[in-house]
Amino acid sequence: MTMVFGIPLGVLLGQLLLGLINGAFYALLSLGLAIIFGLLRIINFAHGAQYMLGAFAAVLGLKYLGINYWVALIVAPLLVGALGMLIERGLLRRIAGEDHLYGLLLTFGLALIVEGCFVKLFGVSGASYPMPELLKGGYNLGFMFLPTYRAWVVVAAVVVCVLTWYMIERTRLGSYLRAGTENPKLMQAFGINVPLLITLTYGYGAALAGLAGVLAAPIYSVTPTMGANLLIVVFAVVVIGGMGSIMGAIVTGLAMGVIEGLTKVIYPEAANTIVFLVMVLVLLVRPAGLFGKET
Amino acid sequence: MTNMHIKQDSLVLPPQVVRERQQAAQRRKLWFYLALFGVALVAPLAVYPIFLMKLLCFALFACAFNLLLGYAGLLSFGHAAFFATGGYITGYLLSEYSGLGTELGILAGTLASAALGLLFGLLAIRRQGIYFAMITLALAQLVFFIFVQAPFTGGENGLQGVPRGQLFGLFDLNNNMTLYYFVLAVFIVGFAIIQRTIHSPYGQVLRAIRENEPRAISLGYNVDAHKLLAFVISATLTGLAGSTKTVVFQLASLTDAHWHMSGEVILMTLLGGVGTVLGPVVGASVVITLQSYLSNGPLGEWVHVILGAIFVTCVLLFRVGIVGWVLKLAKRNF
Repeated sequence: MTMVFGIPLGVLLGQLLLGLINGAFYALLSLGLAIIFGLLRIINFAHGAQYMLGAFAAVLGLKYLGINYWVALIVAPLLVGALGMLIERGLLRRIAGEDHLYGLLLTFGLALIVEGCFVKLFGVSGASYPMPELLKGGYNLGFMFLPTYRAWVVVAAVVVCVLTWYMIERTRLGSYLRAGTENPKLMQAFGINVPLLITLTYGYGAALAGLAGVLAAPIYSVTPTMGANLLIVVFAVVVIGGMGSIMGAIVTGLAMGVIEGLTKVIYPEAANTIVFLVMVLVLLVRPAGLFGKET
Repeated sequence: MTNMHIKQDSLVLPPQVVRERQQAAQRRKLWFYLALFGVALVAPLAVYPIFLMKLLCFALFACAFNLLLGYAGLLSFGHAAFFATGGYITGYLLSEYSGLGTELGILAGTLASAALGLLFGLLAIRRQGIYFAMITLALAQLVFFIFVQAPFTGGENGLQGVPRGQLFGLFDLNNNMTLYYFVLAVFIVGFAIIQRTIHSPYGQVLRAIRENEPRAISLGYNVDAHKLLAFVISATLTGLAGSTKTVVFQLASLTDAHWHMSGEVILMTLLGGVGTVLGPVVGASVVITLQSYLSNGPLGEWVHVILGAIFVTCVLLFRVGIVGWVLKLAKRNF
């Protein structure tokens, strides 16, 4: 077996793949955070709870309604997105003119409520979700074993990210969004319905988190706190990338996943902390973030 | 209308009268604090001292946090790291070196938090607003993972059975009443430091930075240095609160370092009134009382849901907080 840095190549590639999967989730979640931040100027602390809701929607849908994975992949994000729009209309809009920190605190409170309720209803250990038949098994690539589902997660996440990027950077709706990010008042004066745009944006960001939740359900255990701990890492990813660019969020997310995977092989003790350490490094060298604009 | 009236009033009044009124206000304040002090002195006769000590520790924690949020406008989401660092260092030293005076253990924990605060501050003040909150949260999570893995923290179990020891080799702190008066003294010292900071010229500059940072820069203030100092003072006093808490409960655990703790101290400050002197004390009292009341009742498992609901209500409807609201009422009616 080929060795790299004294580590079998298969092990190294296996961890790289695991890292890439984590990275796919970082990318999806930090993308949603970046879009919401762009227009609403708030950090959505409920993002982790929305990710968890997506996963639970899949689990409960299968258990009580017999909804299979592929339907859940469509329905769960729509549900989470709709809930997000309700939250924006009913709550976030009321504090739109206040200090942006209140948005962070409000969504933090919402996350506490949702997670607390789910802990009460389903316990901390949570549930498991069966792998869809079509994506079971894997391919033997000769140097390593590639499980189909894991490959699917990476591909699906990258496709969704790229589609989102295309929608924002290349379509008319996206141009409204970008213009709204620059100057919402002027947009409103031009006759664009900015409040509707804000609602849709928050809904879309929440839906992305919900989608990530469904994708995560078969490989991670579905627990009420699955989102909370992930979200803090995603915050670090966002600080590393800076929230200035959509592509930046995607690339940083994937890269941090890979770095984490590598760390697991080379120095496992630091696997939990490496993203935070990278954040410290980036803050020292380039405080605005890798893709951020200097302000 | 009433506002106009007051303004004209103060224009017309001779400076002598204005000064007299200010002095009267100062006197009222002094009497108020003396009365509070009197209540604090006799409180352990009526209420379980351990509960009171917990309350004082968290009140100091919230006051230290409020110095940063209320007066410098910096929202730290990582203060649990300082609280836990103080607790762990004090707990470790008191457990390992049995002859060590409790005051030295607490001092060491406080200094460790100050050093960590300097590190956090140097990194976090490089970004503003929401990024500042995210960076402090991420750094605190880093510290949390270090405490999970470090050999001296006892991992998931934490440090249990930390000896309370003796104060200056004279007072046995295993006596709850002795310990209570010691904790009260610690709280008063911490509170006084915060008061002194707020009302000093330095505190005025902090407020100027909070209100308008570019303007403060253009006036020639070294804004980063001022923010950093505020961050370190806040971290130090938070560490003091954490160290004292460890002595009281003889326990330092991962709960102290978890981000829920950072969220709780934000809630205490928000509920009591951000940027008010007594707000954090009131907020901490309400939250701690609520927690201990709920944990004994049938709603024990809903604690986080209820805290979350208070959070949402505060942000939506009650941003001034309890003390802010009382002050507003007082201004309107007197």
